[in-house]
Amino acid sequence: MKKERVNISRREFLINTTTVGAGFTLGLYLPLSSSVARAAEQTTSAPTEVNAWVVIEPDDTVIIRIARSEMGQGTLTGLAQLVAEELECDWSRVKTEYPTPGQSLARDRIWGSFATGGSQGIRGSHQYVRKGAAVAREMLIEAAAESWGVPKGECSVSASVITHKPTGRTTTYGKVAAAAAEMIPPFEVELKDPKDWKIIGKPVKRLDTVDKLNGKQVFGTDLQLPGMLNAAIKACPVFGGKLATFDAAKARKMPGVRAVVSVEDNAVAVVADTWWQAKTALDALPVTWNKGPNAKLSSASIAKMLDEGLTAKKAFVGNKAGEAKKALKGAVKMVEATYAYPYQNHATMEPMNATALWSKDRCEVWCPTQNGEAALDATAKAAGLPASKCEVYKIHLGGGFGRRGAFHDFVTQAVAIAKQMPGTPIKLLWTREEDMQHGHYHPITKARMVGGLDDKGDLVGLHMRISGQSILAAVNPKWMQNGVDMFTFQGLLPDGDHAISYTVPNLLVEHAMRNPPVPPGFWRGVNINQNAVYMESFMDELAHAAGKDPLEFRRKLMTKHPKSLAVLNAVAEKAGWGKPAAKGVHRGLAVCKAFASHVAACAEVSVDDSGTLKIHRIVAATDPGHAVNPQQIEAQVEGSFVFGLSALLYGECTIKGGSVEQQNFHNYPSMLISEMPKVDVIVMPSGGFWGGIGEPTIAVAAPAVLNAIFAATGKRIREFPLKNADLRSA
Amino acid sequence: MAKLNINGKSVDVDVDASTPLLWVLREQLGLTGTKYSCGIGICGSCTVHIDGKAVRSCIIPLSSLSAKQQITTIEGLSTDGRHPLQQAWQELDVPQCGYCQPGMIMSAAALLKDKPNPSDADIDASVTNICRCGTYNRVRRGIHLAVDISKRGRS
Ligand code: FES
Ligand code: FES
Repeated sequence: MKKERVNISRREFLINTTTVGAGFTLGLYLPLSSSVARAAEQTTSAPTEVNAWVVIEPDDTVIIRIARSEMGQGTLTGLAQLVAEELECDWSRVKTEYPTPGQSLARDRIWGSFATGGSQGIRGSHQYVRKGAAVAREMLIEAAAESWGVPKGECSVSASVITHKPTGRTTTYGKVAAAAAEMIPPFEVELKDPKDWKIIGKPVKRLDTVDKLNGKQVFGTDLQLPGMLNAAIKACPVFGGKLATFDAAKARKMPGVRAVVSVEDNAVAVVADTWWQAKTALDALPVTWNKGPNAKLSSASIAKMLDEGLTAKKAFVGNKAGEAKKALKGAVKMVEATYAYPYQNHATMEPMNATALWSKDRCEVWCPTQNGEAALDATAKAAGLPASKCEVYKIHLGGGFGRRGAFHDFVTQAVAIAKQMPGTPIKLLWTREEDMQHGHYHPITKARMVGGLDDKGDLVGLHMRISGQSILAAVNPKWMQNGVDMFTFQGLLPDGDHAISYTVPNLLVEHAMRNPPVPPGFWRGVNINQNAVYMESFMDELAHAAGKDPLEFRRKLMTKHPKSLAVLNAVAEKAGWGKPAAKGVHRGLAVCKAFASHVAACAEVSVDDSGTLKIHRIVAATDPGHAVNPQQIEAQVEGSFVFGLSALLYGECTIKGGSVEQQNFHNYPSMLISEMPKVDVIVMPSGGFWGGIGEPTIAVAAPAVLNAIFAATGKRIREFPLKNADLRSA
Repeated sequence: MAKLNINGKSVDVDVDASTPLLWVLREQLGLTGTKYSCGIGICGSCTVHIDGKAVRSCIIPLSSLSAKQQITTIEGLSTDGRHPLQQAWQELDVPQCGYCQPGMIMSAAALLKDKPNPSDADIDASVTNICRCGTYNRVRRGIHLAVDISKRGRS
């Protein structure tokens, strides 16, 4: 790939000059309130904002602004790498900071989207952050050239040092930053040819590790503000239910308690000096609920609703080629199976929390969020103030996984409480139990798969009917297309970031939307999790029905999908597919395309006589186009496997009486180190596109393991999680 | 008023005796490195040492503690952040979100005290902390690397 030439629009130019002219600096390294930050600004020797992305201190420290959130997936470091690459700064002197959504609003959204989800952190912003850095670089060189009175073209830059080549004179970014900020930004910059990258593509260390090893990293739960009180909350456990009554008399007398308040129309909170006091008083508080229309909802009633959708006449079409139903009628052999995938909770290790400070003309919120702008919206709404009078300070997240992006219920609640105690910062922290029962769950679906083989055992037709919940219908119907949730078809679409990896001559993929009143949400991987389980398990079923090797069977359908085929071949080869495995060990494969990346896995498992599963190893391959940081990609592949396998082994929220039955990690377990397979990661970036990292590989872990279980036991598991299944050999 | 010994210092705490050690640390003493996640002794995020043994501080009431016990939190694991595990963790970039990591490190540190050269099976048996980000394989490598680092330090 060649250098990219990018024009700088008139709009960006204006924003740059006006704001730089105003001498706008942030100087926010800690989530301080704005007044504290302003005081701090005046006393420190001024760092210079060269442009929105780059702030330089006199000692050459470079502060890179990161609009997206760091929630564990390394986005912060990856984005800093992109900026540093074009900036040509000294990587060892790089720091980062989050601009606030309020500042972004005031500056015409100069930092673009704050949303961190859908594996978009890097691939959704690589172009404009690199461009911002290149512009800053040019301004810095220009400033040096001007100070020397030499043509800019005679200057070069490396690691924050600018050199006038003919004379060998040098200066540094720190020395020219102030002058650079006054320069007119160039109208056009060139982005580097990927082959010249020095920081992008390198396994650099994360920038946020040290404080995570000594207890210093401040998470939302750890925030301390002067005069702050703590709140514990209980919302109606039945979905859609309301708060009826509570008797505060006794709780109010308990140690440390300052207030007992209702929150919106469905929750009650206790505010106390410490959170433990608040929680203790809340536990003792008599509360009654109006359970509302969902009081009888159960897993069984939801299953019935989905079963009806499996054969209902009408359904949305996500992918259609040829005449699947006709082809199936003519098939020599038919294979049919129905799969089901349960509700799951995100269960971030850090429970939901937010800290709010409200007064009648300003509201500030400190919170872990995947989307600062959405948090600001929620703040303004709950505060009853315009967004311009509100501010949100993002804090590192103790896990996001989708829970803290589209939903800011915890922010709304914190503000609602703070509004009842003007001038006092209130930190609201959910218990794990509250977190488990008030999630935005991985949606529930079932799928009926029908495949037809011809006399040679080739696949001639495939009909896939998904029945179940749409996330978009619940979260934002505006994102739907004519009432269709295209996101339901992740990994099954005809083309694009979530294209199916096979060419099936006659194909019909449909979705009968059935929306039970349990709130669904984006959950790491989103719909690719179940879709890959359905498709990849069924591909295996078809291969076995055809008497063919599952790898060969897939390969034949993948000739027009060379990148997906390449990752599949890579795992097969590395795992030794076709060669004997260790005694008792069996293999299974899976492949898919998600978030624009091509991913595949080969799992090796054994199942003993008592039905106990051991996952020995998973070989994984990913082609994300450009690989910004290979060692972090490896960490994400391993991490996504823990998330995906925890879901496969244990993840299930069941519904009874309109509530989630699970309360905590005792009945919503997560896999442990003792269950963790060895993971061999193949990172094979083929260049030319930017695929996601945090989510895609999650999808192939579960089906690869399921297919290996079938190879080991002859048992095809079609309902999850596996803790409910008997794995003893068929 | 109760007296405790935390990270080598004697401290007084004036709070209801039923308060779990976790909340004494976080809310009375400002030691927020020790995390709350489940509150029922399962996840290990709140792991600290009492007399060198890993315990889950969310289920230990203040009333059961005495000033004679040495309590160590992540803040007191080393004075300079250079405990072999901290070095190894940094070397391997173990943390992702980092929320479970103080507990993870404290579990691993107690294991190393007990077994300076643990096998994988030892790790499986004693590091039972939950990490939802999925750092397990790097945690395992980190423990083995910390053993090497300590050996190097001694020779
Ligand atoms: S918070 Fe103590 S074990 Fe989970
Ligand atoms: S690093 Fe995020 S939970 Fe362990």
